[in-house]
Amino acid sequence: MNNKVKLEQVNIHFGKTHAVRDINMSFPENSVTAIIGPSGCGKSTLLRSMNRMHDLVPSARVTGKILVDNGDIYDRGVDPVAIRRRVGMVFQKPNPFPAMSIYDNVIAGYKLNGRLPREEADEIVESCLKRVALWDEVKDRLKSNAMMLSGGQQQRLCIARTIAVKPEVILMDEPASALDPISTLKIEELIEELKERYTIIIVTHNMQQAARVSDYTAFLYMGDLVECGETKKIFTTPEEKRTEDYITGRFG
Amino acid sequence: MMNGMAFRKVKNHLMSFVMLACTLAVLIPLALIFVHIVKMGISSLSIDFFTHIPAPTGEPGGGMANGMLGSLIMIGGASLIGLPIGILGAIYLSEFGGSRMSTTIRFAADVLSGTPSIITGMVAYTLLVVPMKGFSGLAGAVALAMIMIPIVLRTTEEQLKMVPGSLREASLALGVPFWRTSLKVTLRSAMSGVLTGILLAVARIAGETAPLLFTALGNQFWSKNVLQPMAALPLQIFSFAIAPYEDWHKLAWAGALVLVSVMFGLSLTARYFSRSRQAH
Repeated sequence: MNNKVKLEQVNIHFGKTHAVRDINMSFPENSVTAIIGPSGCGKSTLLRSMNRMHDLVPSARVTGKILVDNGDIYDRGVDPVAIRRRVGMVFQKPNPFPAMSIYDNVIAGYKLNGRLPREEADEIVESCLKRVALWDEVKDRLKSNAMMLSGGQQQRLCIARTIAVKPEVILMDEPASALDPISTLKIEELIEELKERYTIIIVTHNMQQAARVSDYTAFLYMGDLVECGETKKIFTTPEEKRTEDYITGRFG
Repeated sequence: MMNGMAFRKVKNHLMSFVMLACTLAVLIPLALIFVHIVKMGISSLSIDFFTHIPAPTGEPGGGMANGMLGSLIMIGGASLIGLPIGILGAIYLSEFGGSRMSTTIRFAADVLSGTPSIITGMVAYTLLVVPMKGFSGLAGAVALAMIMIPIVLRTTEEQLKMVPGSLREASLALGVPFWRTSLKVTLRSAMSGVLTGILLAVARIAGETAPLLFTALGNQFWSKNVLQPMAALPLQIFSFAIAPYEDWHKLAWAGALVLVSVMFGLSLTARYFSRSRQAH
């Protein structure tokens, strides 16, 4: 399988803190890769380097290469805005735009960047909301405020908003950790479906979730990549003692 | 045990009373001013007051319509100059700043908003009135804008800083450039708070008199040309109040009533905006 995203010797510093160390790994196309590890191990930091979200933090420094389709996204002359259109992101806490309707939230990526013809917008809204299985729940109140939705619905709306701009890779930063079990299940089912079209990289605290949704798993500990490989293998016969200890709940 | 409890209760009542007294100490002067102005001014309020210019000395009637128009023009002009500078400056401070430059700007804004407004008037006099060889509404508007900018700048900055970072990230992650995110997501989310700040700034400059003495000067007649001396409500109140005629004093009271009512209205509207924001 093709490697959609590839990390080569990635190091991330915040000021004097060395948050992520010498990461080499790749993320196969149309698959789900989970990044697991205890709090503060650098999972989210690593994830956010893949669509250049760290550009906003003046003290952050990313070195090494992060290749998307073999192009280094940190190369000189690469526009982070263009990268973020190809590499979308879903955040831990659902963050729909509070001043916008459900409808406008789905097409926010277009509206904020300019205009979108009405017919095209209708089409995008319907197809994206259907793909995140939210259409039936909201089709009669598309014009109402997005904050009226439940947390789980809001998160699915955020996923709809992300896929509306047709990214190639979707980064998910603990997308279900703020949700109830039923909503979590819905998100997990959704991830399973989304991988047919997108390459998904998900950070999660929840090991069962990693086991359920991912094809590949990477275990990060204190900024180091301890082990990565097929999820089945990581969870049944890990090579590293630390991985085994973490998965069996001996620390973390 | 009971003794300690009883003492605590007494202390509680005592402190409640002190706080009530402090609140009243704030409210009573306001009420006194308002009641007095209404009492003195209401009898001179008439349609004429809002539609006529001051009558020649000795003639009855007349109004302050030219002053109100002049104030509107100068407040409008000050807003045209001050709002873009204040709001865009606030976006710079809140979204792009973080350097020594922004610390300097913030400090300058704080000093500027603490500057006595008569000084602001003198600055506008030196910058505009002297080179243009004449008092003008334009100079008045610039002086008012100088008072407005630091207020709008700091309130807008505070409001922008309250917008959660997750909203900016949501927009950026959709491939929206940072500047568009600042304008369309961050500023828009903070809009009701920004509007409140704008209204309070307008209320503040609406009553400014000192900076206009050196710039707009005032005008007894209709004054629509911004390059000519221009009438303003607070200026008219001032000159009528110090005039030796009883009926002019009455008009000054009526003018004061209008001015206070406008500011009251603006403050109430501002409160409405900040309320509706909290309801979200």
